[in-house]
Amino acid sequence: MSKITRRRFLAGSAAGGAAIMLTPAKKALAAGSFEGFPDGMGVLVDLTRCVGCRTCEAACNAEQNLPEPAKPFDDTSVFDEIHHGQKRRTTDKAYTIVNRYEPKDSDEPVYRKIQCNHCNEPACLTSCFVNAYKKTPEGAVIYNEKVCVGCRNCMIACPFHIPAYTYHSVLNPVIKKCIFCYDTRLKEGRPPACVESCPQQVMTFGKRKDLMVIAHERIKKNPGKYVDHVYGEKEVGGTGWFYLSSAPFEEVGFDVNLPKKPIIDNVKDFLAIVPIVLTVWPALFTGFHLLATKGKSHGHGDDHSHDEQEGH
Amino acid sequence: MVNASKQLIAGLGVLMLFAVLSASCYAMDYPDEVEIDSLANLYEPVVFDHAMHVDATESCAECHHHTTGTEVINEYCAKCHTGTVEMDAVSCQDCHSADPVSPENLHHPKPGYSYHNDQPNLKAAYHLNCLGCHQEVGGPTGCEDCHVKTEAGDKFYRSGEFAPKEPAHSSEH
Ligand code: SF4
Ligand code: SF4
Ligand code: SF4
Repeated sequence: MSKITRRRFLAGSAAGGAAIMLTPAKKALAAGSFEGFPDGMGVLVDLTRCVGCRTCEAACNAEQNLPEPAKPFDDTSVFDEIHHGQKRRTTDKAYTIVNRYEPKDSDEPVYRKIQCNHCNEPACLTSCFVNAYKKTPEGAVIYNEKVCVGCRNCMIACPFHIPAYTYHSVLNPVIKKCIFCYDTRLKEGRPPACVESCPQQVMTFGKRKDLMVIAHERIKKNPGKYVDHVYGEKEVGGTGWFYLSSAPFEEVGFDVNLPKKPIIDNVKDFLAIVPIVLTVWPALFTGFHLLATKGKSHGHGDDHSHDEQEGH
Repeated sequence: MVNASKQLIAGLGVLMLFAVLSASCYAMDYPDEVEIDSLANLYEPVVFDHAMHVDATESCAECHHHTTGTEVINEYCAKCHTGTVEMDAVSCQDCHSADPVSPENLHHPKPGYSYHNDQPNLKAAYHLNCLGCHQEVGGPTGCEDCHVKTEAGDKFYRSGEFAPKEPAHSSEH
């Protein structure tokens, strides 16, 4: 299915390039005036409660039918892993990961769960020139794999480095990320799998605006316990998942230099690159596509290709 | 008038309760073992050595944070519940429900919900209480120090016989 869609897109892109190029400009305008959904759901993440048990990672893996991990989910040696000089990041096989930090003035390590923050005004969405992304009224930022052409604009645009790319899947390269368990849970009003699984209730699920009140109350009711800041209340225009911490946010891996406004301006700059993308990628994808059709007798099972091809 | 007499009754209630509690806390019959099984799934039920914890703590209130014992550790609950039946609750699950975030409750909260919207669910009530203290006093803090995994647990965590078979070859970025 996805390949047919892509083929159509590519076939249309040469002739319809101009029409597609209009889309980002229109979307950028719309997003700039977007205030967020008032009843959108969110998650308050309280770092002071996390014990690094990785149960949430296991829950996400099961809920999202992700491939087998490299190590068991109760293996804490992952906290020592360094990839390209960095701590673990979300991948196409792990939509959420927990990292360990050692803040200066703390005897105990601090653990932090990372996943998509479901921004009120998502940079991934505004950067996507084929309109693969959508912010739902329930608060989730979801995407349509069948439309994604794997251009990786969103990877570069996301201020939290969340969308991951199926590098292994040369035949069907798409973006993968946390979807707030939209299909299986959020749509019905139920909390995400990771939230429900956590033994410490690090994450509290509810309406974003109610949770914001709770977050500020926790700071007020526990003087001296928390840094007086809710990370994600204002950052990049506000995020659906936001954080409380006892350690300074910059010491537990947060980027504290993000603008308070949505990064739409940056994205707009970035969108200037899109026409180049449109001229270069079709050729490249035609190449991929030829490879794809050559290696396979039938185009069946494309929708599940990520499950099968990445099991190695 | 009505208010004044209500207050008097409430006041008497508190006094009586205090009298009963302070006399009873350590003399009270308590179980030596408690099997905590209502949430067991990934792990076997926990057989909690209550007697040992009674010996190891100074006051019942350290765990039963505002119900048993004379101290009130969590003043927030006591603000409203002093003198009410809730103060007699001993078991965690008498107050902490397993699943407080129902879609109905989130969209049409029951009266009084706003006072309880930050109350930990049952699983968190256990863990925040137990682990919180264990971290402070240097008690065991590993999951399997208290829990024995079930087969469902091994499957879920991909551990034991469900552990990844092939050595992890470089697939990370
Ligand atoms: S965190 Fe990144 S991927 Fe998630 S909604 Fe925000 S911009 Fe998009
Ligand atoms: S919300 Fe769902 S998809 Fe996102 S990290 Fe949690 S379990 Fe995974
Ligand atoms: S399940 Fe909860 S306590 Fe365990 S690592 Fe995840 S967020 Fe932290």
